[in-house]
Amino acid sequence: MQTQFRGRAWVFGEDISTDHIIAGRYLGTTDPKVFAEHCLESVDPRFAKEAKPGDLIVAGPNFGCGSSREQAPLAIKHLGIAAILAPSFARIFFRNAINLALPVLECPGIEAAVKPGEEVAVDMGEGTVTAANGAVLKFRPLPPNVLEILEAGGLVPKLKRELAAKASS
Amino acid sequence: MAEKVLARASGRDHVAPGDIVDARVDLLYMHEMLAMALGPFGEIGVTKVWDPTKVVVTLDHWVPPPNEQIAKMHQSIREFCRKQGIARFHDVGDHGIVHQLVAERGYAQPGKLVIGSDSHTNMVGACGAFAAGVGATDVAAVMATGRLWLRTPETMDVAVEGTLGRRVYAKDLILKVIATTGDDGARYQAVEFTGPTVRGMPMNERLVLCNMTTEMGAKAGLIAADEVTREYLAHAREPFEPFGPDADAAYGKAHAFDVSDMGPQVACPSNPANVKPVEDVAGTKVDVAFLGSCTNARIEDLRLAAEILKGEKVAPGVRLIVTPASQRIYRQAMQEGLIDVFMEAGATFTSSTCGPCFGGHMGVLAANEVCISSTNRNYPGRMGSAQAQVYLASPATLAATALHGEITDPRTV
Repeated sequence: MQTQFRGRAWVFGEDISTDHIIAGRYLGTTDPKVFAEHCLESVDPRFAKEAKPGDLIVAGPNFGCGSSREQAPLAIKHLGIAAILAPSFARIFFRNAINLALPVLECPGIEAAVKPGEEVAVDMGEGTVTAANGAVLKFRPLPPNVLEILEAGGLVPKLKRELAAKASS
Repeated sequence: MAEKVLARASGRDHVAPGDIVDARVDLLYMHEMLAMALGPFGEIGVTKVWDPTKVVVTLDHWVPPPNEQIAKMHQSIREFCRKQGIARFHDVGDHGIVHQLVAERGYAQPGKLVIGSDSHTNMVGACGAFAAGVGATDVAAVMATGRLWLRTPETMDVAVEGTLGRRVYAKDLILKVIATTGDDGARYQAVEFTGPTVRGMPMNERLVLCNMTTEMGAKAGLIAADEVTREYLAHAREPFEPFGPDADAAYGKAHAFDVSDMGPQVACPSNPANVKPVEDVAGTKVDVAFLGSCTNARIEDLRLAAEILKGEKVAPGVRLIVTPASQRIYRQAMQEGLIDVFMEAGATFTSSTCGPCFGGHMGVLAANEVCISSTNRNYPGRMGSAQAQVYLASPATLAATALHGEITDPRTV
């Protein structure tokens, strides 16, 4: 897993709910392409069209609040977003994102420090974000059990590996 | 309470907030999210669900299916339950909004660890269980292993005293609580409701409190299982065990409320924490009144609204949509003659479904429509168009509003 990366930031406000990320009317399918196409469209219709793999989401507190729909982080993951940085995340969104190997990093003050379209550098090991103007923000690195899931590429590959190891031992 | 459940479920003597535990799940329940979990479940490489007797499945988001794609989704769920031997699969006709179904059938028992595929799983914590919602991959993991990692949450104490006034309910109280904490005030935490007002509440009201701890960001909402719980669960197959906090239980944050002088509350667009006393928004015109959802569509809610609507007509131009929370409630409403009262007033009924609450079907809002809703969430786009406006209120405020076509204090009708 890459722990140091740079990316262009898409900046959103606080309380971005799962209804913003992928509205209920698009959930009648299991096709991630549909979720990606409509991702965050009510907040910024350009996002789903113009986001490039490796871009980052920067947002205010309580990102992903609302429902348990995993289609929300799946839509973001499918667009190739490398990580989401926000002061806080709603709990189910946090789990769902980690399970899909999408890093979600709790970084206080991030939404004020980064302007839309700026490039920021993230070091997940050190727990730092470097903004375009050189300002460095610190965040608490993810706990070991969460990093393990990310390193395995998500919860499914992790369990698959563990169960296979159990079967062969 | 949360710590006691997680300690037992993870085979430890005790756990403290922050401890990450690998817990054995007592009950897993799912709705259509099961279809999203089939892919990851297959990929994990197991063929059988760990214990089909610990699994409950129903269909609730799209019932009956509004299009071919959803019908196919239901088909895949039906087929999976049959192959896996999941006996507690409640198909269309025996269905309900999953949290209501699990509560009313007595599937969620005190002291148990319950995992559900929906954010409002918190609701069944009113039965004294630790009940938390997760997404599709976690659901697949539980189906494969019967276990789930959980971070032990801090517990917030919400202590309530005083007597609720006329036409003031648990919904008004929980909106007030959410306004106090904010919509992330209990993020990652368990919320325990204590105090004489809660002890004196019937189960249908306790379920409302725990339901909307989700709108505080909470992982779980809990109420100690007492005589009220025992009576509610009397028909369940499992013997009842009282369950509550230890006498010396430690809490993180604590909030105290005295509800004696509190009037009806309304959450205004577009955040469940944007709460105002009903007087402050009285007169706001509405197009739609939706009485439904896991939050407030139980028989008691329907009786209450019917009492206000009896012999009256909803205001011209207002559509009143009623969605009982389960098939059982729907039938009971019919037997009690409530449906006649609603229809005489000009209401329409739908099958038990989450439909309009999440903007799926059966009452989705157009741009610029204003809705008063007995549901739990009003973020932009929640019930349809992002330009629609949703006000959350109790069934009483909703019924009074439907009659007048504008937000109305239920104490005045």
